[in-house]
Amino acid sequence: MSWPRAGLLALMISAALVAANGQSEDLNLPKTVVAGAAFSIPTTGSGQAVLYIMGPSQVLKRDAQLGQPIEFAAGDLDNAGHYVAVLSGGSSTQTGEFDVVPARQPASLSFLARPSRIPVNLQNGITAAVYVFDSYQNLITSPTPVSFQLSVASAPAQTRTVVSNQGAAWTGMNSATKEGNAKFVAQAGDVSSVRVIQQVPGDPCGLKMSAHKVGDKIDLQTDPLRDCNGNAVTDGTVVTFTESWNGSQTTVDVPVKHGIAEAQVPANIGARISVATGVVMGNEIRWEGHE
Amino acid sequence: MTRPMTILCCFLVAAGAFASDQGSVTVEPTALQVPRQLAKQTEAAVVRDYLDAWQTLDAALNQNQVDLLNQDFAGLARERFAATIADQARLGLRSHYQERSHDIKIIFYSPEGLSIQLIDDISYDVELLDHDRVIASQPVRARYVAVLTPTEVRWKVRVLQAEQK
Repeated sequence: MSWPRAGLLALMISAALVAANGQSEDLNLPKTVVAGAAFSIPTTGSGQAVLYIMGPSQVLKRDAQLGQPIEFAAGDLDNAGHYVAVLSGGSSTQTGEFDVVPARQPASLSFLARPSRIPVNLQNGITAAVYVFDSYQNLITSPTPVSFQLSVASAPAQTRTVVSNQGAAWTGMNSATKEGNAKFVAQAGDVSSVRVIQQVPGDPCGLKMSAHKVGDKIDLQTDPLRDCNGNAVTDGTVVTFTESWNGSQTTVDVPVKHGIAEAQVPANIGARISVATGVVMGNEIRWEGHE
Repeated sequence: MTRPMTILCCFLVAAGAFASDQGSVTVEPTALQVPRQLAKQTEAAVVRDYLDAWQTLDAALNQNQVDLLNQDFAGLARERFAATIADQARLGLRSHYQERSHDIKIIFYSPEGLSIQLIDDISYDVELLDHDRVIASQPVRARYVAVLTPTEVRWKVRVLQAEQK
């Protein structure tokens, strides 16, 4: 194909594209509109036209009288985004683009705090992520201060303030040293959201048992189980007693009840008895007929 | 001969711009400010599913088929685009979004791993049809913010919103 023929074909394609759109001009649009706010678009000329506003998030179509402004009431266009406006009337088409921006005032938060249950005294064990939305559920992408407060009874609250980036803010918090429910509040502007984090005792600290003979058995009993911060270990925590004697081994798993664990094993002279829970080892007893 | 053919090809590509591809895709290096590591496989899956979501969105808006959204959208984004489709159908409109390029950067991976956020400097052509008559075709450059969350088999878009550049 020669260069003139190629050029001619290109011009024909261009002409066809322009013909599909008619004569295109720029539409006089506001550069930005706040989501949900009233606004108007001025028009020139005379006669009837149709205005289209389209973005993937919202589409509007209005009959218009050229020469008169086209009015949009509050709430007509409330989804933030980038929009193309097309004013089609007679043989001419005017186009333009504008942005609908979120309102600055936060109205709702998407707040996720994890985990819902955590051992006490864990550094940065609690994490939270927040997305900030306006009253029309638009993500507020401008920097917005978000405060996080984790509080438990009988301990000072932890507070952190984070400025959101593109609508998202996050933080990490330490769990308290005392067990109990913690109130976790995220707040942006006048809107807040609350989650409850259950803080449970950690692993037992200083696991200790005692033994005494009851008939032909040895009664084993732990001291009240507490974690390293003095919190009573939760009932139901499994404690394992192990008796080793004459090459054989007897193991008894029992749950903690009322703060202690208790079990009976055969009273074998010379037996070695140990106690453990989870990864925590307790003391060991060698049974000589008495403790 | 070579030069004219090249120019011709450019015009033909322009004329056939509403093909069904995603245009060029660039993924910027991730610069997360959270302690959670983003595995390469996760990043690849998020980008793949996000790009799929644009294809789905175009198909749904072009055919006015709300159900198409279910594959790639959830929550707020799905509700919002479903409302757009309902309005288009009521007004006799259709729209067609042909992506030309994506420049994607993942900016936030929530600490618990349940949401991921990216920004996309995208260019696309949008075509508006009123009762199947083409009203306008407009090239657009915009920056989108997207939030995706994991579902059973894929990441779904929960927020897809253009922001002012």
